[in-house]
Amino acid sequence: MTQKTVDRAQEYVRIEAVTKRFGDFVAVDGISLSIFKGEIFCLLGGSGCGKTTLLRMLAGFESPTSGRILIDGQDMAGIPPHERPVNMMFQSYALFPHMTVESNVAFGLEQEGLAKTEISRRVAEMLDIVKMGEYGRRKPHQLSGGQRQRVALARALVKRPKLLLLDEPLGALDRKLREHTQFELINLQEQLGVTFVVVTHDQEEAMTLASRIGVMNKGQIVQVGTPTDIYEFPNSRFVADFIGSVNLFEGQLVEDEPGHVRIRCAELDSTVFVDHGISAAPDAKVAVAIRPEKIELSREAPSGDENRAHGVVKEIAYMGDMSVYLVRLDSGRVVRVTIPNSERHADQRVVWEEPVYLSWEPSSPVVLTV
Amino acid sequence: MSTRGWFRHTALALGLAFLYIPILSMMVFSFNNSRMVTVWDSVNSPTLRWYVRLFENEQLLGAAWISLQIAAMTATGAVILGTLAGLVLTRFGPFRGRALLSAMTTAPLVMPEIIMGIAMLLLFVSLEQLIGWPTGRGMLTIVIAHITFTMAYVTVVIQSRLAGFDDALEEAARDLGARPVTVFFRITLPLIAPALVSGWLLAFTLSWDDVVISQFVAGPGSSTLPMEIFSRVRRGVSPDINALATIMVLIVATGVVASTVWMKRQERKRLLEEQMARSDAG
Amino acid sequence: MFGKRLVIGVPWFWLLLFFAIPFLIVFKISFSWMQPIQPGYAPLFSWVEETQRFVATLNLSNYEVLFRDPLYLNTFLYSIKVAAISTVLCLLVGYPMAYAIARCKPSTRNLMLMLIILPFWTSFLLRVYAWIGLLKTNGVINNTLIALGIIDQPLTLLYTDFAVYVGIVYSYLPFMILPLYANLEKHDLTLLEAAADLGASPTKTFFRVTLPLSMPGVVAGCLLVFIPAVGEFVIPSLLGRTDQLMIGTVLSAQFFGARNWPVASAVAIALLLALLIPILLFQRYQRRELEAAKR
Repeated sequence: MTQKTVDRAQEYVRIEAVTKRFGDFVAVDGISLSIFKGEIFCLLGGSGCGKTTLLRMLAGFESPTSGRILIDGQDMAGIPPHERPVNMMFQSYALFPHMTVESNVAFGLEQEGLAKTEISRRVAEMLDIVKMGEYGRRKPHQLSGGQRQRVALARALVKRPKLLLLDEPLGALDRKLREHTQFELINLQEQLGVTFVVVTHDQEEAMTLASRIGVMNKGQIVQVGTPTDIYEFPNSRFVADFIGSVNLFEGQLVEDEPGHVRIRCAELDSTVFVDHGISAAPDAKVAVAIRPEKIELSREAPSGDENRAHGVVKEIAYMGDMSVYLVRLDSGRVVRVTIPNSERHADQRVVWEEPVYLSWEPSSPVVLTV
Repeated sequence: MSTRGWFRHTALALGLAFLYIPILSMMVFSFNNSRMVTVWDSVNSPTLRWYVRLFENEQLLGAAWISLQIAAMTATGAVILGTLAGLVLTRFGPFRGRALLSAMTTAPLVMPEIIMGIAMLLLFVSLEQLIGWPTGRGMLTIVIAHITFTMAYVTVVIQSRLAGFDDALEEAARDLGARPVTVFFRITLPLIAPALVSGWLLAFTLSWDDVVISQFVAGPGSSTLPMEIFSRVRRGVSPDINALATIMVLIVATGVVASTVWMKRQERKRLLEEQMARSDAG
Repeated sequence: MFGKRLVIGVPWFWLLLFFAIPFLIVFKISFSWMQPIQPGYAPLFSWVEETQRFVATLNLSNYEVLFRDPLYLNTFLYSIKVAAISTVLCLLVGYPMAYAIARCKPSTRNLMLMLIILPFWTSFLLRVYAWIGLLKTNGVINNTLIALGIIDQPLTLLYTDFAVYVGIVYSYLPFMILPLYANLEKHDLTLLEAAADLGASPTKTFFRVTLPLSMPGVVAGCLLVFIPAVGEFVIPSLLGRTDQLMIGTVLSAQFFGARNWPVASAVAIALLLALLIPILLFQRYQRRELEAAKR
């Protein structure tokens, strides 16, 4: 995960109560959001959550049904795409098939009416930056997927936009190439100091690229935060479940102190003790979320009578770097536990049908009220 | 499976024979010396006398020239209007009157020609009464009528070409700062160029071939080639029509074969280049 | 904004003026009285001096004639019969061909398609004309059959229903094959393997899998042949019977021969109404095809 220091004082994009309807369908539902100068902001969500519509409104291909979008303090209402200080990298790359790589990259500069020499200098420079200098005379169909992606990036960046919109930038690449390209993208962004807004449905991609993530669901932004915030402190059942995998237990608040809380869950045979306070009504229905990697597995009973459960191992899936255990608790509930395979030979590991204890630290559970 | 393969090949062979035997027989008999068109005069054949007679027939040649002019004007007009209609229907999203436009561009594809012919003629007659235009009927009215029924075909060709390529290409151009007019001329037009060519050729052929609609909207002195042929053929077979048919078939066949070969070569080149791109992907 | 309106407006108004309005005019004239002088029909609305009023003279007799005179009903039914039989024949000839092409190697496929379309690019009129030479009493077919000793008296082939069927099938075959091919070519061949794997014979697979899946193509092809064939005028007048006319020929005779424009208009309107449902069906098919192409 990359942690960048972003100057929060410098707001670059401001989205104010933006709603977009297509007929009866509400694609974007009253979103307000600020994006800061120089950050990589990821809009993360499943298909149909409205993330692409929001991106297209920033680019100017759709106009909001209500609300305002300001870029660098200027209201974008009524400004067509070709007059916005924004460029976009399309999911399909949208390289012009009848033009060479050079002419593709030069296209945007020609629209600005720059001199020919200036255009060819900047095109060459940009192609070098994305390491495509040797391929200038090729046509898009003569390039591989990864090369096309770089040309698309070069074409959008050569106009030196202050804001670059990327629609699923790595979606069309295979897995190996993806990881490599992610880091290149981050380096490029740091080098050029452009603000990125990235739309993706891939949480790993969002986690690696983003300085901040906005998780979207049904046209709304449900949580905004750094990747760590989103993963460690999800604010709702939806976010906890959407990012990574999680064990969710429904329960009732039985003790609510400023420094700690106790929750009783029907599916667990002990109470859950959490070492930080929450804000919820007394006796409120809450959910406890515990990540699989934060649960420990042991044959012996752990000390204390809280934050523990007892069950039987029903499945073990070996994943190479770690193993996933599915444990059926005495209540019948199945819990997911992941353990890193830090040793090559593990004779001591638990096996199928073995009775085990589960336990976790008081700081691990997240209490969710919505 | 092999019996089915045999059945398929036979069906195809018989079908092609059905398509080509009439044309071939017409071509063969165009070299027949006998006036009895279908009785082969083995003594004096083959001969080119019908070809010579054809080129001496000023009426037919004149009609051919008129048809050529009409077809060229029609094709050009139909491509312009059909492209606009295709663009509007695939790219402009919803607007008032879209359903009507869409219906008006597909109806001519199946409308019996005779109904269109009557409708067009009555329109021209009414217009002339109302506003005095078009005065009489001739090439102008034929061209208008032909553009109207051929533009539907062009629209379909353009629509399917536009539907086949990504809207994002045009959006990308706008995003890079191109005004809508620039987008049209630098992106859309080059990309649909093949469809423009095939649309033009299609409209040309349909116009060149049309007899029913022309008959209704033609005036004195604007007889097209098909109209001339039709009035001759109704009187019976004549050997110089065989010669004319042979010439037309040969011209068309050469054109179609040449363009197919050319397109095939382009495609092969493209495939080769794509393979190369995959192999040296870095 | 102005540019966008202009782009929409040009084709829209062209088609409105030259395609939609003409039908309204035909409709109007079908209610007029015939008039021996130009323009051949009396105005529907006229200004009557005496009463200082507009008077509408609606004439329903043009339609009445259609029902009263057996000639019209007869030719109508005959035209529909001829078109229907020709369409079925066209399907029987075209389906195996489209199927064979769709299952060819891709390289042969394009060649075959070119061979199917090539005759279409040559003159329609001349292709119909070619059949006169083949079907005549002393034409190629009769001469060949006599020479082979199969028959000793020439058969009457020309100027029969058979000749019209042959002419229509011949002229409209590409319109049947192309939509069928477009459909068959898209089929997933693993479906056939799955059917075979589940124990269906090739014949059963064809009737239970391939044929149902190709129905949209069948419907489109049939409509593309049937609708224009009902109004066909050139083929029956060159190859058809002289004692039994098709509606297109009657229409043309009323128009040019009898110069009875109002009755001709009424016939045209009746024909259009009869074909309205097939035309709407075709439009629906066309819309779906384009939507599918977009995905």
